[in-house]
Amino acid sequence: MINKIYDTDIGYSFFNSKIAIISSSIFLIIFLCSFLAEIVAPYDPFDPLNISLMDAFIPPVWSEGGNANFFLGTDQQGRDMFSTMIYGSRISLIVGFSSIIFAMILGVSLGITAGYIGGRYETIVMRLTDVQLTIPSILMALLVDGIARAIISKSMHDEMAIYVLIFAIGISEWPQFARVTRASTLVEKNKEYISASKIIGLSNILIMFKHILPNILRPILVIATIGLALAIITESTLSFLGVGIPPTTPSLGTLIRFGNNFLFSGEWWITFFPAIFLVVLALSINLLGDWMRDALNPKLKKR
Amino acid sequence: MLNYFLKRFLQSVLVMIIVAFVSFSLFNFVGDPVNNMVGQEASDERREEIRDKLGINDPIYIQFFNFVGNSVQGNFGISYQLKRPVSVLIAERMPATLELVFVSALLAIISGVILGVYTGINRDTFISNVILVISLAGVSLPTFIIGIMLIYLFSVILGVLPSFGRGEVTDIGFWSTGFLTLSGLKALILPSVTLSLFQMTYVIRLVRAEMMEILQTDYIKFAKARGIKKNIINYKHALKNGLIPVITITGINIGTLIAFSIITETVFQWPGMGSLFINAVYFVDIPIMSAYMIMVAFIFVMINFIVDITYYFIDPRIRIKEENS
Repeated sequence: MINKIYDTDIGYSFFNSKIAIISSSIFLIIFLCSFLAEIVAPYDPFDPLNISLMDAFIPPVWSEGGNANFFLGTDQQGRDMFSTMIYGSRISLIVGFSSIIFAMILGVSLGITAGYIGGRYETIVMRLTDVQLTIPSILMALLVDGIARAIISKSMHDEMAIYVLIFAIGISEWPQFARVTRASTLVEKNKEYISASKIIGLSNILIMFKHILPNILRPILVIATIGLALAIITESTLSFLGVGIPPTTPSLGTLIRFGNNFLFSGEWWITFFPAIFLVVLALSINLLGDWMRDALNPKLKKR
Repeated sequence: MLNYFLKRFLQSVLVMIIVAFVSFSLFNFVGDPVNNMVGQEASDERREEIRDKLGINDPIYIQFFNFVGNSVQGNFGISYQLKRPVSVLIAERMPATLELVFVSALLAIISGVILGVYTGINRDTFISNVILVISLAGVSLPTFIIGIMLIYLFSVILGVLPSFGRGEVTDIGFWSTGFLTLSGLKALILPSVTLSLFQMTYVIRLVRAEMMEILQTDYIKFAKARGIKKNIINYKHALKNGLIPVITITGINIGTLIAFSIITETVFQWPGMGSLFINAVYFVDIPIMSAYMIMVAFIFVMINFIVDITYYFIDPRIRIKEENS
């Protein structure tokens, strides 16, 4: 099995890139830990039985006053930092993945139809992407988040927060997908196999999604990987600003927001560890995306 | 030519109409604006009177027309939370944000150009590689984490720079400036560095790539053959041409700086428009939100329009394409 993967172009490039191996292992470890949080984390930070205010503000085990029960210390509510971070990264990853899948479905379907159908429809879709691409995605996400919060009644904010975030971040990132998909579709649709499909009378929808889509997946995957890192950063930024994930089920950004209040009183670890965790997570995905962009680009292929 | 300008102009107007419509809908269809103004015990007649006065009983298109008219005159209503006119609130906060954005843009361009030229001329030296690696980290780190790190280093550990607020400000007419006092200038350092780091990276990479390309061209080779001093070639002949794309990219970047100032202002509790907006989102203060949306959209549309027009004059390809179509 491994040998088979190794023999492919991408597999070869992967096993010969230290950065790709290291960053994907880090990402995989974080991913597995967060989805097996119940097993990996020593405590359940959301179970009130486990939390005692007596344990609040315990520093990490290696500094003075540390407690071996709480390796990375505890936060202001006496929750174990390590467990809270693992659970927090799960929420960050869920929001990141869901919003990028949402953006991908929206962007790819608009892009592929725009490229295939053309005409006035294409002009409108591409104008829309052009306009939105001039607005930084973080601003777009903030505006959509704000509008959604205004529409939803206040008592529902905390429950709906995660869906609002997925929607807001997804909306802010679809134009990238639409642009890349359209460009690839334009190239693909003039090839002979598409003419052949048309001649044998396949429906347009079948041609677009069954015949064109599999052939343009590579650039879409690259955009999705880099977009995932951006989505995770956007989520944590919104949560840090206080308009994202509520403190009852904190994500990494929410943890940093609350830890920030204790920076001056000397409890640095409450901010520091989630921040480092977030940076490592985002950086590993970014590096993976960078490698993927080079590996999947036929122009850069070594001869 | 006129055709091109007209097309761009109409596109800008269209964007503004869409944005205005979104904020208009927020105002009118989210909650009952009358409930936000009167107490619970107000009678039905009184409510109806206010409805008439506010124009809520008018047809939708007339209401929209009035809304646009009011917005153009800078009249955005009264903040639900702060109970003061939105236009006054924004006017109070505007100087803080503009000063922050201005200093950050200056910082990003000056240090970006210097470092970009240095790394472009001295390729593959140790210092160049260090600069490039640090600048890569600048892109990967979220803005708020950079801010927190700077606060921890310079305010908590070293205790040399303030971590929040604008310091002492001086009022010059309607403009309150932090440029004239020492505490005001000190308070500017950390936020503006945080905000500029991201942009600086772009400028470094852009200038570096431009310099490397230009140093390969024939006219530079010719200048070398003529025996002109290296410094004069680098800074007088090469840099001049390398700066053209920097000027165009700066326009676009001012929009990005305004967007990212929301984050920086929250981290440093900077009393600008960004923190006003975040508070409005937090408390669902619709008048402030919609005013901010319209304003930011207007700034973006203006910048894009100007950049498009500038490109028309700089890039002959656009002119030819337009003339042929």
